[in-house]
Amino acid sequence: MRALFSLLMLLVFLAPQLHAEPVVVPGAKDATDLPWASDGEANVPYVFHDPAHESRITGFEKDLVDALAQKMHRKARFIQNDWDGLIPGLSRDLYAMVVDGIEMTPEHKAAVLFSRPYYVTSERIILRKDETGLDTLEALKNHKVGTLKDTTSERMLHRLGGVTISSYEEETNAFSDLRNGRLDAILLDAPIALYYGAISDDMKLVGEPIGSMEYGIAFSQNNRALRDQVDAALGELIKDGTLHHILARWNLWTPLMANYTGDMSEPNIAPDEWNRYREAMASSTGSGWVFLARRYAGFLPLVGQGALMTLAVSGLAMIIAVGLGLLLALARHYGAAPLRFVAGVYVEIVRGTPLLIQVLFIFYGLPAFGIRLSPFVAGVLALGLNYAAYEAENYRAGLLSVPRGQMEAAIALNMTHFQALRLVIVPQAFRTVVPVMTNDFISLLKDSSLVSVITLTELSQTYVRLSSTYYDYFGTGLMVGAAYLLLGLPFVRLARMAERRLGRGMGGMTGHH
Amino acid sequence: MLQASGIAKSYGGNDVLRGLSLDVERGELISIIGPSGCGKSTFLRCLNFLEHPDAGSVRIEDVTLACQGSWSRANEAQAHRLRAHVGMVFQSFNLFPHRTVLENVMMAPIQVKRVAREQAQAIACELLEKVGLGAVKERYPDRLSGGQKQRAAIARALAMKPSVMLYDEPTSALDPELSEEVLSVMRALDEDGMTQIVVTHDMRFARAASDRVLYVEGGEVVESGDPDLMFADPKDARTRRFLRTLL
Ligand SMILES: Nc1ncnc2c1ncn2[C@@H]1O[C@H](COP(=O)(O)OP(=O)(O)OP(=O)(O)O)[C@@H](O)[C@H]1O
Ligand SMILES: [Mg+2]
Repeated sequence: MRALFSLLMLLVFLAPQLHAEPVVVPGAKDATDLPWASDGEANVPYVFHDPAHESRITGFEKDLVDALAQKMHRKARFIQNDWDGLIPGLSRDLYAMVVDGIEMTPEHKAAVLFSRPYYVTSERIILRKDETGLDTLEALKNHKVGTLKDTTSERMLHRLGGVTISSYEEETNAFSDLRNGRLDAILLDAPIALYYGAISDDMKLVGEPIGSMEYGIAFSQNNRALRDQVDAALGELIKDGTLHHILARWNLWTPLMANYTGDMSEPNIAPDEWNRYREAMASSTGSGWVFLARRYAGFLPLVGQGALMTLAVSGLAMIIAVGLGLLLALARHYGAAPLRFVAGVYVEIVRGTPLLIQVLFIFYGLPAFGIRLSPFVAGVLALGLNYAAYEAENYRAGLLSVPRGQMEAAIALNMTHFQALRLVIVPQAFRTVVPVMTNDFISLLKDSSLVSVITLTELSQTYVRLSSTYYDYFGTGLMVGAAYLLLGLPFVRLARMAERRLGRGMGGMTGHH
Repeated sequence: MLQASGIAKSYGGNDVLRGLSLDVERGELISIIGPSGCGKSTFLRCLNFLEHPDAGSVRIEDVTLACQGSWSRANEAQAHRLRAHVGMVFQSFNLFPHRTVLENVMMAPIQVKRVAREQAQAIACELLEKVGLGAVKERYPDRLSGGQKQRAAIARALAMKPSVMLYDEPTSALDPELSEEVLSVMRALDEDGMTQIVVTHDMRFARAASDRVLYVEGGEVVESGDPDLMFADPKDARTRRFLRTLL
């Protein structure tokens, strides 16, 4: 996914910038609005869902943006987006800035405009509690070390050489592999190391902080005006100690930061947020039936919401797929030569390219032509257009299964071509088509998980969020899996009924005559 | 009442019909016979333009359609007018399997002629009664015997009140005793004054029931006339050879 992220960044910034609007903040509803984005899924302590109140967004970056907005007399508005979609969303004007621990590397600097650094940090080594040694970068040689894809720590390990590197998309996966022994150590940005490694009973932080790197706020390249305003505000936050205060509350003020800001003061600030998070995690780990039942019951509203979104996206997409698919099939079967050709090309292109690419293309690619769709519309459209191609092939097979004589009999009865199709051919084709359609709808339900890449929180996104917040892949997995099955079940039954109804009179199909 | 002249049709250089002509009087029953592949079906299908002839014209009642060159939208519109007077029955019945027998018969009058539903149903029931299917009209076609299917198909065509009925080997797919059910319906229609053109391999029926027999070979009408005369004493050597191989 991170490789995709880089690819998308490239794509999006190579695309022509059709608009330059320096005055209004892109994506803003009015002049006082400050829309910003981050990936709040399992992104502790940057931006994340408070484990004590699932719907509340928190994190030191959230506090930072709120402070910035206050200085700028604007109202911060948080927009959730997947990591891969964060930067492309900037150029789509979905929001004005991205704050998500983005390292100010030369590659990133080429793609986006950065503020001055708001945090300077380093890499830390995390081990299992029982492990000893391995407390320097050198010592990691000849060991299995986990890290995140496309990060400074990954590059450090590559430069070191002699290390078996496992690069993860989600830090939580790295931690579970460390626990179960697939890894000997993890090298990660200090904030993550602190919030995951130091909190768990079975892991520990070892050695000195290694190296240093900077996080910056990212803007679209034509939004210099806002960048400058934010830089000014950030400068004030540093000067008046607000940044120090925020970071100290999160237990993230370090000598590196003192060095960077020149702020050597040591005010007595309680690490409230750090403590809050530790307590929340301590109380969310427990065992026993009652505890688990309580916890899963608490997840139900979120899972329900995700299921509704999945159902809405899939249902609407299926309507498009059925309608357009039928048109395509009729065009290929009965249309004039040019129409047949166009329909054929459509089907081949859509079936020959990955759905993920189509989803991303419609959401992030079409704006280059002035077509801006909301995530929901883009998701429905992408899935619908994709499945229409498969439905078209399905219907074509159905149409071919109707004997030629049926059309001739209808024409001989002086029906028009259209009447013949509507009254005679399509209803018969439908019968052979329904079982395949049911299967297609079930796989559409599952494929709808792909729209999570364009910021829609449907079932699988809900799974990712819940499981990574609570380190519970098993229980939440069962819940979400059951939700998918429940969603699919009515359609299987509906299809059986339709099959029986349509099957009447069609010899052998029903067997109850 | 039906006049076809100079009907020609070729499939990729294969001249299937070489300018066939046929004049039919109202109330006539005409049988078309000939060896397999001689173009009988093609000719019949050209009469209601299920097949588009390369050349020739067909007049039925007051509608004339002359064909020359490629098939146009205007031709299709004219063919639509002409088909209003023509009913057709196929060897393989071609009933609509997803509709009951009654619905099969009602469908075209309601959809094409915009007949009110109750009226269409009354007509359909009467016709089904007439072809002896009053008891099975609520069944789906797959629950009928072959003979019943073909009689249903005849009723379906009659429901459009055609002035001429075309049959393409209506009994070839049926056992002899089932054939008889169908043939007797056709004889009854003849008695009522229906004009009918029948492509058939059933020489007994052709001889006994028709007013006139057409012998077709090589895409041409070789001989036509009174069935008894033709069967007893064919004028053309090709007709004689054909009839001899059959008897
Ligand atoms: N769509 C078509 N394309 C090419 N050739 C065709 C087509 N339809 C018919 N023919 C050819 O035209 C000739 C006449 O066919 P037709 O079906 O009219 O013969 P027929 O007299 O009805 O024969 P049968 O007694 O076997 O039904 C045959 O040689 C057949 O192969
Ligand atoms: Mg034939």
